Formats: sequence, C-alpha cells, structure tokens
Amino acid sequence: MSSSTPGILVIEDEANIRRFIRLALENDGFRVCEAGSLQRGLIEAGTRRPDLVVLDLGLPDGDGIDFIRDLRNWSQVPVIVLSARNAEPDKVAALDAGADDYLSKPFGAAELLARVRALLRRHGRTEEGLAVAQFGRIRVDLARRTTERDGSPIHLTPIEYRLLTYLITNPDCVLTHRQLLKNVWGPAHVEDSHYVRVYMGYLRKKIEDDPARPKHILTEAGVGYRFVGS
Amino acid sequence: MTTDGRPDPDRLLARVQEEEARATRGKLKIFFGATAGVGKTYAMLGTARQQAEAGTDVLIGVVETHGRKETDALVTGLERLPLRAIPHRDKVLQEFDLDAALARRPALILMDELAHSNVAGSRHPKRWQDIHELLEAGINVYSTVNVQHLETLNDVVNGIAGIRVRETVPDRVFDEADEVILVDLPPDELLQRLREGKVYLPDQAERAVRHFFRKGNLIALRELALRRTADRVDGEMLAYRRQTSVATVWQTRDALLVGIGSGAGSERLVRTGARLAGRLEAPWHAIHVHSPRSGAEPEVQRQRTVRALELSASLGAETATLSADDAVAALVDYARTHNLSRVLVGRDHPRPWQPWYRSMADRIGQAAPDLDVVQVARSEARRATVAPSATRQADGSWRDYLKATAICAAATILTTPLADLIELTNIAMLLLLAVMMVAVTLGRGPAVASAFLTVAAFDFFFVTPRFSFAVSDAQYLITFAVMLIVALLTGQLTARYKLQAEVATRREALARDLYEMARSLSAALLPVQIAEACNRFLSLEFAAQASLILSDANDHLQAPIGNPADNASVPSVVDEGVARWAFDHGEPAGLSTDTLPGSPLLYLPLKAPMRTRGVLAIAPNDPLRVQGPEARRQLETLASLIAIAVERMHYVEVAQKSLLQMESEGLRNSLLSAISHDLRTPLSVLVSLAESIGLTQPPPSDAQARIAETLKEEALRMSGKVNKLLDMARLQAGKVQLNRQWQPLEEVVGSALQASEGPLTGHSVQAALPEDLPLVEIDSVLIERVFCNLLENAGKYTPAGSCVSIGAAAREGEIEVWVEDDGPGLPKGREEAIFDKFERGAGANVTPGVGLGLAICRAIIEAHGGKIGAKNRPTGGARFIFSLPRGMPPTLCEELGTA
Repeated sequence: MSSSTPGILVIEDEANIRRFIRLALENDGFRVCEAGSLQRGLIEAGTRRPDLVVLDLGLPDGDGIDFIRDLRNWSQVPVIVLSARNAEPDKVAALDAGADDYLSKPFGAAELLARVRALLRRHGRTEEGLAVAQFGRIRVDLARRTTERDGSPIHLTPIEYRLLTYLITNPDCVLTHRQLLKNVWGPAHVEDSHYVRVYMGYLRKKIEDDPARPKHILTEAGVGYRFVGS
Repeated sequence: MTTDGRPDPDRLLARVQEEEARATRGKLKIFFGATAGVGKTYAMLGTARQQAEAGTDVLIGVVETHGRKETDALVTGLERLPLRAIPHRDKVLQEFDLDAALARRPALILMDELAHSNVAGSRHPKRWQDIHELLEAGINVYSTVNVQHLETLNDVVNGIAGIRVRETVPDRVFDEADEVILVDLPPDELLQRLREGKVYLPDQAERAVRHFFRKGNLIALRELALRRTADRVDGEMLAYRRQTSVATVWQTRDALLVGIGSGAGSERLVRTGARLAGRLEAPWHAIHVHSPRSGAEPEVQRQRTVRALELSASLGAETATLSADDAVAALVDYARTHNLSRVLVGRDHPRPWQPWYRSMADRIGQAAPDLDVVQVARSEARRATVAPSATRQADGSWRDYLKATAICAAATILTTPLADLIELTNIAMLLLLAVMMVAVTLGRGPAVASAFLTVAAFDFFFVTPRFSFAVSDAQYLITFAVMLIVALLTGQLTARYKLQAEVATRREALARDLYEMARSLSAALLPVQIAEACNRFLSLEFAAQASLILSDANDHLQAPIGNPADNASVPSVVDEGVARWAFDHGEPAGLSTDTLPGSPLLYLPLKAPMRTRGVLAIAPNDPLRVQGPEARRQLETLASLIAIAVERMHYVEVAQKSLLQMESEGLRNSLLSAISHDLRTPLSVLVSLAESIGLTQPPPSDAQARIAETLKEEALRMSGKVNKLLDMARLQAGKVQLNRQWQPLEEVVGSALQASEGPLTGHSVQAALPEDLPLVEIDSVLIERVFCNLLENAGKYTPAGSCVSIGAAAREGEIEVWVEDDGPGLPKGREEAIFDKFERGAGANVTPGVGLGLAICRAIIEAHGGKIGAKNRPTGGARFIFSLPRGMPPTLCEELGTA
C-alpha cells in the first residue's frame, strides 16, 4: 500500500460488522481491505502489506492466535484483536502472542478509531527514540534518568523507574502482566504477577494525582495495563 | 527402640487416642471392698452427696439400702430413677431402666452392685454392661463391688471361703475404671457390726453366710482386696511412668500361651492364665487343639471348650482353635510363631494303669526345651465329672455293633465248610480279614467287639476240641492276641483317617463356599444380590438365614432385605432396636453376645473401611451353630466381606453420579457458550449497524441520526442485560472457575470506577482505602463486576448529586469492603431479599433493570468464600458490605532483581 494513506486489513467473518468497520475507517480517511476468513486474511496480509490489522478472534476456520504468531514471523505490523467480553484469557493469549491491543464487542466507531490512530502513531515514531517524555504534570528525562513533577524531582526506585520507562515507551497499547514481568523483572519472574500489581500501585501513588482514579496508568481488568500519555 | 529414653511415638499415639476416647467417655469410680458390710454403698452415697451439694446433677440408678437407717438418710434428697417392671414368667420383677437413664442424661449416676445380673429380658445380661453403655454416653458412674466378684479371683475366693460366686465381673472392667476407692474395715469391727445386726444378710442363706463371716476368711478376703488394689495402683504408677517417661521401663514380653484341653478344669486354667498374664502385664493367647485322633468331640465337651475359649476372650486373650493330630507339636508351633515364651497347661490326671504315659507338660518340655511350661492344678472336686462318655461316643452306635456281629457271623458261616479243607492258620487269616473289614468300615469299637467275637467263634467252631471254648493248645492264645491287636490297630487308624478326611472335607467345603460367596459378592450390583449370596453361604455353612439392613447416607437404617429366593420370615422378625444398637456401637448384638442375648437373631455390624454400612441379622436354625469364637470369627469374616461389597456398591454409585454430573456440566457449559455466542453476535451487529447509519454518505438527516443513536443505545443496553443474564447462568451452572491472583484491592476499585463512569454521572464518588490493606486473592474480573454492579445500583437508586463512597478495612481473618451512599436507603425488611434473583429495589418499576445485579454479586462473593450483606446507614443511605477471606498473602522481596 502506498505510504500516504495508511491501509488497514479487517479480518472478520460477520459481514455486517466488517462493513461497519470499513465505513468507520474509510470515513476517517483510511484505506480498507477485507477478509472473511483466516486463510484469506493471511493471503491479504502477505500481498497487500497493510499498516494495521484488525482481527476477530472468533473466526470459524482457525485460531486467531496462530494467525498472530504466523504474522509475527515476518511482520511487526500492529494488530488489534476483537473478542467477546468474558474472554479475558483469550485476550491475554493473543496479546502475549504479539497482538498490540484489543476491543470487546460490541464497540463503537469512536473507540475503534482512537485505538487505530494511537497504534499507527506509536508505530510511526518508535524508531526515532525518545529523549524526554511529558504527560500531565510529570516529566521523565530518559537520557538523564530523572523524573519530575512540576519541576520538583520524584524519587523512584530502580524497578519503579524501569517500569515507568517501559510504559512510556509502549504507550496506548495493552501490556499484559507477563510482558511487564518479562521486560522489567526478567524472564525468571513471569509467574509472579502480584509484583507487577504492587509496583504499579507504588508508581501510581508517585505519579498520579488521584491514585484511586488513575489517568495515565489504566488497569485492564484480567488482562494488564495501558499507559495513556495525554 | 527407645534406647535414648525418648518416648516411643507409637505409645504416645496410643496414649493420645486413649485420651481422646476418654475425654468423651464418662468416668467410672468403683467403691471396692473385701466383703459385704464394709460400707461401700454408704461411702458411695456420701461422696455422691458431696457432688450433689457442689452442684452436680446426681441421679440414683440403683441403690440397695436394705432398710438401714444411716444409709437411708443419705439417699433422701437425691433424685431416684424409677425402676422398670419386667414381667418374668408369672411374676413382675423390678430392674434398672437403662433407656430412661440414657434419656435423663444426668452428670453422675449411682449404680450399686457392679456384679449384679440383670433380669432376663433386659438389654444386657449384666449390670456392668449397662454401666459400659452409660459411660459410652458420657455419663459418669459410681459403682460398688466386692473382691470375690472379680472374675480372676473367683477361684481363689472359692478356695478360701468355700463359696462359689456366680455373679462375676471381668477384671478389665475393674482395671479400666478411672478411679478405685478401697473401702476398708478391719475384720474385728466388721464382726462387731455383724453382731449388732448392722450388716444386711439374706435370710435364706444366713447359716451359710455366717459360716462365710469367719475371722480367718475375712482376713484373707481383706488381704486379697488390699493386694488387688495395690496391683491396680502399681499399674497406674507404671502407666504414669510410661506417660511421663520418667525412666525407660525394661520391657519383657513374657507372653503366655494357655493350652485348653477338653477336660473340666479348663475354666480354672483360663482364670489362672489371665491372672498370671495380668501380673506379668503380658499379652496372652488361649488355644484349643482339636485332635482328630480323639474322635469327634461329644457335645458336652465341645460346649465346655467353647465356654473356656469365650471366657479367655472376655478376659483379654487372643483365642484360636487349631486342628492337628499332635496337640504338643501344634502348641509348640503356635507358641513359636506367636513368640510366646511360657506355656500353661492343666495337670493331667494320673494314669497308674499307663505307666509309660507322659504328661502333656513333660511332652511339651521334651519337644521344646526353650519354653517355660507351667502346670496348673486341677480342682479335685471336678474330677468325677471328666466325661467318661467322652471317648465312648466316638466309637459307633449300636447299629454298627449289630453290623459287626452280622459280618462276624457271616464270616464264620462262610468259613465253616472249609474247616476240614484248609489249615487252621488260614481260617484264622480269613476271620482276621473279617475283623479288618469291620475295622475299616465301622470304626474302632465295633472292630474290638468283632475281634472278641471272631476269637470266640474261632475257638468255638474251629479249634479242637470243636464246639467248646476249651483250648487244647496254648499256641492259639497267640492267634487270639494277634487278632485282637490287629483289630484295635486297624480300628484306631481307620477312625483317625476317617476323621481327618471329614475335617478336611468340611474345611474344603467352607473354603469353597466362602470363595463362591466372595465371587458372587464381587459381581453383585444390587443389595438383593448381596443378600442372596450371603444367604446361600449361611444356609450351607451354618444352616441359617439372614437379612441385610443397610444404612443410607444419613445413617438411617433401611428396611431389611431378606433372601429373595425364599420368602422366609427373617426380615419380619428383625428387631430394629437391636439392629440400631449394633449399628451405632459397631459391635455384635443379640443371640450369643453380651447385648440382648435373648434375641433370636444375631446382629453383626457391617464395618467397612470408610464407615459402618449396615447390619447383618442372622437367624440360625440351631443357636449352637453360631456360638463359639471359631464360628463367630467366620461370621465376622462374612460380615466384613459383605461390608466391603456394600461399600464397593456405594462407590460404584458415587462414580456413576459424578460421571453424570460431569457430563451434564460439560453439556451445560457448551450450551451456555453456544447461547452466549448466538445472543451476543446479533447484538454486536445491531450496534455496529446503528452506528453505520451515521457514517453513510450522504450524511443522514438529524432525525435519522437521532434514531440511529437511540437504536445504538438500546442495543447496548440490551447487550448489557444479556451479559448479566449470561453471567448469572454461568455462575449458577456449577462450580465457578475463579482465576484468583494476589493483588491490591485498590487496582480493582480503580478499574471499576473507570468502567462505571457512565452510570455514576452526576454523583460524586470517594474511594478511600487504607494504605496498609493487605493483598487479596481474588478474580479481578469478577470482583470488578461486583463493584460495577454495586456502583451501578448506587447510581440508579440515588438522586443526582448523591455521594457514593468505597471503603475497606482488614479484620480478623477477612477483609471487609463496603460501598455506601447517602440516598434514600433500602426498603425496611428487604435487606436480605434484594440479593435474590429478579428482586428489585423500591420504585423499581420506574427504574430500568431486571434485578440480577445483586444476585450476581452474591454468587461471586460466595464463590470467593466471602459473605455479602446490606443495611441502612444510621445517617441515611444504603451500605453494602462484603467480606473476602484474608488467606496468606505472598511475601514481596523489596526491589527484587536490583542487586
């Protein structure tokens, strides 16, 4: 696809939902191609080289997670999975396999577009690297390894700092407990999910204005966390 | 081995178990005296009065005051249990009412005369058995007993005082009593009291009793009582030492073996053995060797042996009946295999006519020089009763003798024509053949008779001078002697092998029947089949019928199941009370047991590894067939086989049930996911289509856009409701699979607040959780749903501008969480009902919703092992509280991985 307008591949077996997604995305200026099955989806993904994939997990002809693993072998294109509510384990599995975000059905056009835009934005800029991150009243200088609130320094422990920087470098997408443990604590601790939760609590107390109703580090119950910069 | 002086763990365990059993059991205190008249009842009443004054609930079960003033004075004021009237023949007798006592349940009951025998028709034949049951029920008992009533001292007292006491108490009752108080009175004072008429004596036996109360007797009895008490105290001391491990007690296992013969003195032998074993604190065995050589035992003798074995068992011995040709070898073998170092046998009667005869003790000594052999004196008086008939009976009936005579006559007649043709020696041979035939076919007695007959015939008809008993040549005497010896030897041998063959056949039949039964039991799938197999075996082996009374899960006994093959009346005569007793106590009851022996049936509990599964009621045609330890053991084997079969049947049923449950659960789950897919997909489609309208080109008009928006909102609402219904269905479909993880509650509250922003628009929300709240182990998705539902309710039932707050506190063992508002509060009296399905709050008809939210909350919290409730706040508004178990939160290494 040409680089001017981002192309999006929608893999969904329900024709009406497919049409709705196409309408919503095209309305916002994206180019859309559709696939009704995983087989077809793989072919489209290989030939059209989309900038983003929207994938329904409940397809009749195969497991969406296998599709993601397959795709990740040769492409880093962002993937948003669509799944039913109550299917948290499936979402976690898909995210761990390499998906970037998820949406529970039924969802609205606004939600979908927000996710798509955020992912495309993030994907476009990761290469450049980030020296300074600013969100809310917090400023993190990644080069000098300092954190400030309204100019006054915040003391973070090494783990809290690592956790924060990992969140900042992966904004607007869902990070599972497993991903966080693996990247912050190391591969030996992927089962100790209470560490993530407890440190996330510490971090919120230090950077959120109201830790009980966080604005930046959001919890996705049963799945993981999402960092929202702005 | 405990060489280091540490307590033996097995023994400690045994002690713990004993103490546990004792903790629930009542305590038995025995007032023990040398003779009547020492003041046992008086002492017992005195102690009981003190207890009553201290506030204990004291009840007099039975107390005989014999109209004595001092004693009567003590009785007045204490509650007395009315006696039960039992009709006996044409009289009505008074007896202690066990059931009334158990129903009354006093803290302490007084039961005079421990050794008393109950009137026929009572539940137990002996009072000490009643007391046992009272103790089992947790009632403390005071009782009295005289020394001569103790089973093992019975003979000794008999020897001293010349009085045989019929009412005896097994020593273990005395030994297992929690306390024994010796009531002592010097003989002179007792005699003084006797002279003053202060001692009650039964009229009819006064002379004999006067004879009994001689000073010499009294001194001896007093010594016995003191010594017995001292033994007991010694035992307590030893037990104390073992308990506290003051020192390692040197253990000798001087185990005893008592060889019970068929003579009359065996009961005395058993008592001596029990006494000796008690003194040595050693286990003991009592065995009887049944030798086929001695012929089939006559009934009297068999009964006696059975009684002796039963007595041994009641005195604490292991008993066995062996069948062996050589009693000595069998005894020695048994002693060796069971590691018994000392053998007790009765002294044999002198046999002057058999100078070569060596006594049993000598023979054992010779066969096993390493064993101690103790000979126990026989009671002289009983000698005459040693059954002279014992050996006779084995030797055939009069019919056999008639047959023997006929054979001899025939042989004589047949050989007479040959008298002139062949040598006399050969004629003797032919006659000898006849004797052997008789011996082989008819046994020893007829053989000897025929030997005499043929010798006579030979002499009369063949030896010259013929037709006279005169003998001309002395050498024929040798012929006579040889014929006689041959007859005896052959007869003896034949008799022995016949018996052995019989015994072997019987055993084989028993083994085969048992095997057959085990096989049919293992194939049985229905109680009726088990009853049938059991009946087949019992009718073959014991000439008895039986019925099976099984218990259900709640320990209720069900209707008896008889033999389906015949409509015998066994189930109809089953006494449910006796069956219940046997089931509850796990002990045999009824015929030939200690409990209700008057019952025509024997009730055996079916004790399986997991629990007692019911009762087997056996109705023998001949009660003698089920008596004796041997028969009892076989029947108990049968009962345990049946119990295992019943248990197996039970588990087959359980397995089938759980399989069914698993299958239906699987079905339910797949049905649920199919339904949820089918319901949700069209709703998702509906939502997306509604939104698509707004996105079409050209843009829709305002009115169209509004319709589309409403359509979308309604579809979303519908979707929310469907989700709740499906949640509820899933939570109710069976075991909820929780994905429990340790996490701070704060996070769940945060995500719930984020998700509930819509319903809470216009309300102010406060969430204040304590800083030090421990981690909780919860399924975050489900608990978030609880918060969402509670917040949604708060939003729905409170006016805009109300304040909703969330709080939590750590309590003992649980974490309490609440969500409260300052709205109108809950309708009075409906605080519990609102958690039911499809229950709605006040004014709900105007507020949308189906009333599932709180029911879902309750199901989720209960699945977590917590509780949820609601009440109105005193300051107004509703307060929903739920608790979550605290558990053991994992420790957190601070700054893991920074080093």
